[in-house]
Amino acid sequence: MRFDAYDTGGFFDEMFDAEGKPRPGYALLARKLAEQSVEELARRQAAAESALMNIGATFNVYGHEAGTEKIMPFDIVPRIVPADEWAKAEKGLKQRITALNLFVNDIYNDQKILKDGVVPADIVLSAASFLKPCIGLKPPKGIWTHVVGTDLVRDRDGLFYVLEDNLRTPSGVSYVLENRQVMKRTFPQVFEASRVHPVDIYPSRLLEMLQHVRTGSGTGQPNVVVLTPGPFNSAYFEHSFLAQQMGIELVEGRDLVVRDGYVHMRTTRGFQRVDVIYRRIDDSFLDPETFRPDSMLGVPGLMDVYRAGRVTLANAPGTGVADDKVIYAYVPKMVKYYLGEDAILPNVPTFVCFDDKERAHVLANLDKMVVKAANESGGYGMLMGPQASQAERDAFGDLIRKNPRNYIAQPLLGLSRVPTIIDGALEGRHVDLRPYILYGEDIFVLPGGLTRVALKKGSFVVNSSQGGGSKDTWVLRG
Amino acid sequence: MLSRVAEAIYWMNRYMERAENVARFVDVNLNLMLDLPEGFGEQWSPLVATTGDTDAFRGRYGEATKESVLKFLTFDKESPNSILSCLRMARENARSIREIISSEMWEQINKSYLMVKEHAARAKSMDTPHDFFTAVKQASHLFVGISYLTMSHNEAWHFGRLGRLLERADKTSRIVDVKYYILLPDPAEVGSTYDDIQWSALLKSASALEMYRKRHGRISPPKVVDYLLLDRKFPRAARYCLSKAQRSLHAITGTPIGQAETAAERQVGLLYAQFEYADTREIIKSGLHEYLDDFQVKLNNASEAIHETFFALRPLEESAPESMAFSQSQSQSQGGQSQRQSRGR
Repeated sequence: MRFDAYDTGGFFDEMFDAEGKPRPGYALLARKLAEQSVEELARRQAAAESALMNIGATFNVYGHEAGTEKIMPFDIVPRIVPADEWAKAEKGLKQRITALNLFVNDIYNDQKILKDGVVPADIVLSAASFLKPCIGLKPPKGIWTHVVGTDLVRDRDGLFYVLEDNLRTPSGVSYVLENRQVMKRTFPQVFEASRVHPVDIYPSRLLEMLQHVRTGSGTGQPNVVVLTPGPFNSAYFEHSFLAQQMGIELVEGRDLVVRDGYVHMRTTRGFQRVDVIYRRIDDSFLDPETFRPDSMLGVPGLMDVYRAGRVTLANAPGTGVADDKVIYAYVPKMVKYYLGEDAILPNVPTFVCFDDKERAHVLANLDKMVVKAANESGGYGMLMGPQASQAERDAFGDLIRKNPRNYIAQPLLGLSRVPTIIDGALEGRHVDLRPYILYGEDIFVLPGGLTRVALKKGSFVVNSSQGGGSKDTWVLRG
Repeated sequence: MLSRVAEAIYWMNRYMERAENVARFVDVNLNLMLDLPEGFGEQWSPLVATTGDTDAFRGRYGEATKESVLKFLTFDKESPNSILSCLRMARENARSIREIISSEMWEQINKSYLMVKEHAARAKSMDTPHDFFTAVKQASHLFVGISYLTMSHNEAWHFGRLGRLLERADKTSRIVDVKYYILLPDPAEVGSTYDDIQWSALLKSASALEMYRKRHGRISPPKVVDYLLLDRKFPRAARYCLSKAQRSLHAITGTPIGQAETAAERQVGLLYAQFEYADTREIIKSGLHEYLDDFQVKLNNASEAIHETFFALRPLEESAPESMAFSQSQSQSQGGQSQRQSRGR
C-alpha cells in the first residue's frame, strides 16, 4: 500500500513530517506498511478484529436487550511515541498528579489554596463534584487519586496538552492490554525491531498499588477486591478482566456488608473482611446512607467504615472536584503553588466565563471557540463554535450569561492525525492519547496508553459512543 | 468463594439442566401422540404438571392443547420454565461470573441461548419440533462436557454439579409421578395392566429405554419405577443424582460423608437416605404418589437449606435460630424451585 496519495491535510501528522518523511521511530513501520498489499492489510485487519471478538473485549450498548455487545473498532496501524517525547510526558504527568493529589487533600482539609486566593473559593465550594461528606477525610498514605487516566492531545504545533485529568474511575486500560496482544500477532517483525515498552505489567502494578494503600499497619496479604456495578454496566468487561488478571474477587454491592465496623464480603464460608476496594462505581452510588439514597449499587454504611480508617477506597471519594472543567483551568497554578515549579505539560488555553473579562472575550468570539459545561463529559453540554449555527451560538451565549460559573471556552484544537485504514486506503484521522497513572508507593506511568481515533472523516470526536475506535500505542525504549 | 458467584454457578447449571429436561419430555410426548389411536385422548396437561406450572398455565391459556402447551414450554417469554426462559437465565447467570468459568463454557451457553432465540423468532420452528428439541438436549450435553473438561473441579465446579443434579433428580421424579398417575389412575390396578408403548415412552422421557432394556429386559411398571428412581448407575435416576449431589456438597464443605455440620448437609443427607434405604414394592404398596410428594417436600427443604447455608448470608443470621430458615411455607404443589431475584435494578 503506497503512501503517495497520503495527505497530512495541514495537521500535525504523527507518522510523517511536513516534507513527507517518516518521523523518528516510524521509518520501519512506514516501510513495512508500504510493502503490504491492500489485501494483506485487510486480512490482518480482519484477523485482529476477530481476535478481539473472541477474547470478548466488548462493551455493552445501552438501551438494547441483553446480548448486544460490541467490540470497540480497532485500527492496526499503531501510534508510536519516541522515547524522548514520552520521557517528557511522563515527567509532566507525575508532576501534575502530585499537585492534583495535594490539591484534593488540601480542599477537603485545610483549604490553604483557597485562603491564599490562588483558586477562587467560590468556584471550588460551588462545584457539583465538591462532596461535603468528604471534608476532613484522611485517606491511607495521603493518597486520593490512585488511578488516573489523563487525556492528552497534540495540537498543530506538535506539543502535548492536557485536555482532561479524569481523576474518578477512568476506564479503557483493558483495551490497552488487549490491543497489544493483538498487535504482537499482527506485526510481529516490526514490533520486535521497534523496541517497544511492554504494557503487560499493568495488572501487577495495579495490585501492588492497591495492596500498598491498605489501612493501618496490618500484616499478611490484605484482601483487595474490585467493586463493579454489575454485568449491565458498559465497562463490565474491563472490571471482570482486571479482577481476573489480578487474581482477586470481582464483587457487586450486594456481595458486601458492613458488620462490626468493617466491610465484609459474603462467601460460602461466611463473612470475610475486605481491606481495599478498587471501586468502579461513581461516588454518588457508593453508600446510600451518605450519598444517593436510591443507590442499589453501593454498600450501606461504607462511608462510616471509610471515615474510621478501616477500609481503603480507590479512588477516594471526592476526587471529581478536580475534574470540574473550571477548576481544571487552575491546575498550572496548583502546580506552582504546591510544588514551586512550572507545569511541564501545559493546559489547553482556557477561558473561565466566571471572570468578567474572559467572559466578554468568549461571548465576542463564540464562532471561534469550543464551549464546555463544567460537569459534563462525553460530548454533552458542548458548543463547537465554528461548526454551530448562529442560533445555536446565541442560545449558548444566553446559557453562559445566565450561569457563568458553569462554562469555560477553549480554542478549537487541530488534533494530530495518524494514518488509518479506511476502505482499503490509508487516510489521516485525528487522535488523542490516554496514559494511565498509578499513585502508590511511587507514581507509575504505564508506558503506553489508549490512543482513541475519530474514524469519521474530519471528526475531532474520539469517543467510542460517537464513532471512535482505538489503536495500539507503542512507547519506544530509549 | 463469593456467595453470589456460588449461587450464579449453581443456578446456571440448574437452568441448563431444566431446559434439557423440558426438551426431552415434550419431544417424547409429541412422538407418543403419533402412535396412539385416535380418541385415546391427548395428554397435554400432564406436561405442564411436570414443570409444576399448572396454575400459571390455566390462568393464561385455559385449556391444554398441543399448541398452547408447546408454546408455554418452549418460547413463552413470560413462562419462567420455558426453554427460552431457562436459557436466558442460564446465560444471565453465566454473564455475571465470566471471570470464574472458562471462556469455552461461556461461549457454549451464549451460543445455545442465541440458537433458541433464533428458533423462537422463526414461525416454522414447530413444523419439525424434533430437530429443535434435539438441538437443545445436545446444547446441554455439550455444556456439561465442556464444564467437565475445561474448568478446575474446584468449589465453584461442585456448586455447579450440585445444582445440576438436584434439578435432574427433581425432574425425573416428577416425570415418574405424573406419568405413573396417568397410566394407572386406580391404585388397585397398580402392577396389573400396562401399555407397553406408554411405559416405553416414560423411559424415553428420561433417555432411559435402552439402558433399562439392558438391565431389566421386559417392561414392567414396578421395574420402570425402580430403574428411574433407585438405580445406582443410571445417570438420570434420582438415587444416582442424589448420591453425586451429596458428594459435591461434601467436597464443598470438606466434611466427610456421613457427618452433617450444616443445614444443607443434613437436608441433602435425609433426601439421599430416602432413596438409599428404599424398596420399590413397599413404595408402590404405600403409594408412589405420596412417596414422591414427600420427596418433593424434602427436595424443597434441601434447596432451601443450600440457599440459607451458602447464598443468603445475613449479618443478623447468627442470632436467629436455625429453624427460622425453614419456616417459610413449602408449597409442595410444585410451583418449581426458581432463583430468587435479588437484583434491585
